[in-house]
Amino acid sequence: MGFSESKGSGGVTVVQVDGQLIIGNRHELKDLIQAALDRGDRRLLVDFSRTGYIDSSGLGALVSISKRVREAGGELRLSGLNDDLRSLFELTKLDTLFAITETSEQALTSF
Amino acid sequence: MTSPLRLCVRRSAVPNSVGAATEVTLRLPSDVDCIEEAVELVTRHCLAGHAASGTIRFRLRVVLSEALSNAILRGNCEDRTKWVEVRAELVPDCIKVYVTDEGCGFDPDSVPEPLEPSHLDEAGGRGLFLIRKLVDAVQFNEQGNSICMILRRS
Repeated sequence: MGFSESKGSGGVTVVQVDGQLIIGNRHELKDLIQAALDRGDRRLLVDFSRTGYIDSSGLGALVSISKRVREAGGELRLSGLNDDLRSLFELTKLDTLFAITETSEQALTSF
Repeated sequence: MTSPLRLCVRRSAVPNSVGAATEVTLRLPSDVDCIEEAVELVTRHCLAGHAASGTIRFRLRVVLSEALSNAILRGNCEDRTKWVEVRAELVPDCIKVYVTDEGCGFDPDSVPEPLEPSHLDEAGGRGLFLIRKLVDAVQFNEQGNSICMILRRS
């Protein structure tokens, strides 16, 4: 459970969400992304292919992260959402706010 | 470390007045770090012995997490001396989950719609909306400190 960070092709920072993205761990993800921005990373991908569920605090954290990345002149992509997770983005219309691809490979080639 | 959560599962041979033969109760302190364990425990006991779809499991986890967050953050204002109680009545065709805090309650009709374009990029305000979308029925007590979420099994 938690987050793992790696470098994808083209130097993209990839953060994998293992388990849940909820109120109890959302700050950890925000801090991780902020640290990447502070290092100068500007292309970031959050992958949910190993994620069980996300609550509204997790969705809110992604909205905040998206703003920070945008303000820093960067790009944020999301990938690996299964049908249930994707339904949360659709219900809340957040699918209109994020660049979402099915797989992390697709996201990496689209930067 | 001992978990601060208090779980009780009661099974009776005769269903109660609403047809529930099993009742799961869980008390947890007002600490957001307890939510994940509480969600897993309640979900496991609510779905035990039933061939639940992945979607039902997913929805139950999300709405439990939302209701517990609201109870801890807004209801009990993270006062660790206050408790949140989860009570689930397991009826053959549905799960009824009550989440009750020790706060003074709120008016659920006063919560703004999060889909307005002006609210879309705000970090908060989606919890109750998601609950209403993911379960089959939602009820509140008169005081507004207890939510009942009804989720059909199929």
